[in-house]
Amino acid sequence: MSAELLALTVAEAAARIAAGKLAPGEYADAWREAAAGDELNAYLWRAEDPAGSAQGPLAGVPVAVKDIFCTEGVPTTAGSRILEGYRPPYSSTAVRRLLEAGAGVLGKTNMDEFAMGSSNENSAFGEVLNPWDRGRVPGGSSGGSAAVVAGGLAPCSLGTDTGGSIRQPAALCGIVGLKPTYGAISRYGMIAFASSLDQCGPLTRTVTDAALLLSALQGRDPCDSTSVGIEGGVKAPDREDLKGLRFGVPTELSEDSIDSGVRAVFEATLERIEALGGELAEVSLPHAEHGISAYYVIAPAEASSNLARYDGVRYGMRAEAGDLVAMYERTRAEGFGEEVKRRIMLGTYALSSGYYEAYYGQAQKVRTRIAEDFETAFSGVDLVVTPTSPSVAFGLGEMTDDPLAMYMNDFFTVPMSLAGIPAISIPAGLAEPEGGGPGLPVGFQIAAPAFAEQRLLEAAFALEGAIGFDARPEGAGEGG
Amino acid sequence: MIDRAQVLHVAKLARLRLGEDEVERMAGELSGILDHVDRISALDLEGVEPTSHVVELENVLRPDEPRPSWPREAMLERAPDPVDGAFRAPSPQAE
Repeated sequence: MSAELLALTVAEAAARIAAGKLAPGEYADAWREAAAGDELNAYLWRAEDPAGSAQGPLAGVPVAVKDIFCTEGVPTTAGSRILEGYRPPYSSTAVRRLLEAGAGVLGKTNMDEFAMGSSNENSAFGEVLNPWDRGRVPGGSSGGSAAVVAGGLAPCSLGTDTGGSIRQPAALCGIVGLKPTYGAISRYGMIAFASSLDQCGPLTRTVTDAALLLSALQGRDPCDSTSVGIEGGVKAPDREDLKGLRFGVPTELSEDSIDSGVRAVFEATLERIEALGGELAEVSLPHAEHGISAYYVIAPAEASSNLARYDGVRYGMRAEAGDLVAMYERTRAEGFGEEVKRRIMLGTYALSSGYYEAYYGQAQKVRTRIAEDFETAFSGVDLVVTPTSPSVAFGLGEMTDDPLAMYMNDFFTVPMSLAGIPAISIPAGLAEPEGGGPGLPVGFQIAAPAFAEQRLLEAAFALEGAIGFDARPEGAGEGG
Repeated sequence: MIDRAQVLHVAKLARLRLGEDEVERMAGELSGILDHVDRISALDLEGVEPTSHVVELENVLRPDEPRPSWPREAMLERAPDPVDGAFRAPSPQAE
């Protein structure tokens, strides 16, 4: 019966399929039907046959894939008008690895255009609705990938995180989101936004499922010379307590603007850490407050360069014009949305003659300082914890007129991206939004030193067990 | 502060054609963002090494082995205006 199948975790389903107790086709059918009931505008494309194979660690698991991953023969738009109708001739390494592990592709998920956004309101194909409250955003940029998992439209999904784009939507939708160390997973075939920051990762209902997907995804890839993989691989976490682990709480958090409901859940989670035998310690990340400034120079600068390839010549849309430059200008004016243009302008300005040192050069030095802050912190603690996002899911349209306020959503997630270290968001409880209303999910972020994914997953697993978060949005997981 | 002229100059560098209303709005929004970003210019970072890449990697090499490239047809079929085995674009000079 389909409701029972949809309730299985990825790990449980894959184990049943690999043991021959569940047919991949039957499991895939249940999810295909669930995905067909998408009322959140979370899918941009759905597979007719999402079944995987009967073998492998992800045997028969249909995975929803963010539309930023090139998938052979399947529409891949990165949420942009400029790539509407584009079908890549090859698949990204991440997708290929999932298929090799036995998974199938369930569909392509909606996203902020070229992964630029924190609310999924920047998609050329319409906003995604939060399954907990359809008047609110799911977060971004992997908003579709978070909404399908939280909304019972997929068992797990693939996202990308440049400054928080996996962790923040996972937090706002009440699921697990993992951004691995930069270099853990190949970026080949992942449409580039900011190449020194972009990293692929899983969005799942449980920490164990996140470990399972990471294990399949990670590894060195000759097609991406910055990929190194995780030495020793990744295994299923099994830790039940936190004895002997030291958790660093940044002292700067006390001054930051965090909604009171989010703060209460964060503090309750710190108490749980202590109850599990973990030790809390203060750490200082003095440069983290400059993370947003550095990020919003570096990421747009790299984006302005990466997005130069959309010129209406080799693929994607073209707006006709009399001469070459006019064709470029019109194609890009009509093909790109507002936020993408804003970032291209910002990046081009920051890289232009006379401003390069003041902006890009300085931002790269801040990046060094932020990485050093984490190194210093990790000399005294094993993990660093923060809220994932300063607020619960906000209303659709609430922040679209103020780009800077929108950027502040990334306050707690950007420093880890700049330092290249892994971080996970797990659901820690519900909190009333400012202004009142039913409780909405709050994410708890845990960060670890580079390539210490196993430590991160073990701690998240133990904490997940103690939190016992089992709230689900109404109507989710009922087969659509 | 970014003024109209600067917005138009940067838009030209970025090959973006902006509408009149976009130029005005962009000037205000970019000024606001840069105003915030400017806080880092006050930091004393003399002598700090800039970070362009977080993983320490140097000269990642692979054997120089020939392998087939993508078939021309597969590349051309995705182009807006393929012709005679090539990508066609408008002339750089206005007609």
